[in-house]
Amino acid sequence: MIKDEATILPAYKPPKARSLLEPHRLFLMAVFAGIFACAVIYMRWDWLPKYQDRLIAGIWQTLVLLFTTAFFGFLLAVPLGLAQVTGPRPLKWLANGFCTIIRGTPLLLQLWLLYYGLGSLFAQFPEIRQSFMWPYLRQAWPYGFTALMLSFAAYEGEVMRGAFAGVPRGELEAARAFGMGRFTMFRRIWLPRAIQRSLPTLNGETVLQLKSTPLVATITVVDTYAVISKVRQDTFLTYEPLLLLALIYLILTGILVAGFRFLENRIPSRGA
Amino acid sequence: MDLSLLALSPPGWGGVLLAGLFSSLQLAVGGYLLGLVIGIGGASGKLYGGPIVRDLLEVYTTLVRAIPELVLILLLYYAGTDLVNQLMHLLGLPSMDISGLAAGIFVIGVVQGAYSTEVLRGAIKAIPAGEIEAARAYGMSPLLTLRRVTLPAMLPYAVPGLSNLWLIATKDTALLAVVGFSELTLVTRQAAGSTKHYMTFFLAAGALYLAVTLVSNVIIGMIEKRARRGMVREA
Repeated sequence: MIKDEATILPAYKPPKARSLLEPHRLFLMAVFAGIFACAVIYMRWDWLPKYQDRLIAGIWQTLVLLFTTAFFGFLLAVPLGLAQVTGPRPLKWLANGFCTIIRGTPLLLQLWLLYYGLGSLFAQFPEIRQSFMWPYLRQAWPYGFTALMLSFAAYEGEVMRGAFAGVPRGELEAARAFGMGRFTMFRRIWLPRAIQRSLPTLNGETVLQLKSTPLVATITVVDTYAVISKVRQDTFLTYEPLLLLALIYLILTGILVAGFRFLENRIPSRGA
Repeated sequence: MDLSLLALSPPGWGGVLLAGLFSSLQLAVGGYLLGLVIGIGGASGKLYGGPIVRDLLEVYTTLVRAIPELVLILLLYYAGTDLVNQLMHLLGLPSMDISGLAAGIFVIGVVQGAYSTEVLRGAIKAIPAGEIEAARAYGMSPLLTLRRVTLPAMLPYAVPGLSNLWLIATKDTALLAVVGFSELTLVTRQAAGSTKHYMTFFLAAGALYLAVTLVSNVIIGMIEKRARRGMVREA
């Protein structure tokens, strides 16, 4: 019976790759192009040249924040993940608690806690006010950077925990059989394999991080979003600046996704 | 730290914070449910709809997932209220004041809808095709199939993704502070600003959000257990 069914069922055919040039897609593209053209023609864009330089500086600030926080956050995520998998119990609890707290509260609240809370706390201590760090601690970006970095570390730390736990035991046993010490084994086998396993999620996490960066504008860091807010205050326009902002983020996300796809294709892997 | 600031009656701000938490939860529940409705529609459209419906839904989910929530919330908040008033104008009705709550729920719902569309689509695809075919063979209409077979059968596959979305919804409500809706985060900032005890209030609000997350986790665990009953246990 089962055999019969197998012969009746047609062989699996992968779905046809759908081309962009199907008639309904051409039609939809024409409609969207029409909407876009209307937006360009009938909305007010005369403010654009005046704010061009500031916008580019803002985009640069957004990108710098994104990549530095993602980089340092990832560096912090590795020990966080490792501590949760093999650490001694207090360390495990600590790492787990950190991840739970950061992931369980809104980023906006963390940002404000650091900026207003810590900021006002620091100002009370003359030792801190007189230290060489004070000129930096008076600015907003160290708080934005810290909040974004901690948030990335907590989300990615959870991923790294899974990645460390998911490295096949056989590989670690093989390393031990070769006589590698614990540290060599970690450096040569465990860490590289875990990072390789976590790479596919890194793409999504980085896009999420990009989408969190505009929050720093609420603590007066001048990123893309802050520049657009300034435009809105100056020109009293509601939609145009926001639409441009959405377009900018759309393009940035597109570039990020395409870049990660390119990188992923260059990393050799055997399926799963 | 001065804990008397958190007292429930007026010299303390505890009552104000709890009221903020309540409106945050209202937003989260409303937005999440609206998102689920959009998600069910979107997932059905993406799986069974015609080519144009599919492409439009693809545009919707891609756009929402690529643009920061903060920007979407601003855009939808203004555009949504504007659109409603223009519609009222066209119908010859006086323009009305849209409550912040309704606008907030709409905004969170539209954002959540894109994500739940994807979660539900994945879950529906995980149902063995034979079950749906069997329902069709019994002569069930598409709606009846959806209610009796597809939705219950996809639940165990959808619960992890949907619970994640609920947690995201509770945290996304904080973003409405930026448009001036007095939910927990904004209320906290006002309380902190007027008393200058920033740490106390932000830590208290953090504890409230954390409590919501932890309680949700317990409930999600129970729902998951119930949804997975009768399924083969994972190794």
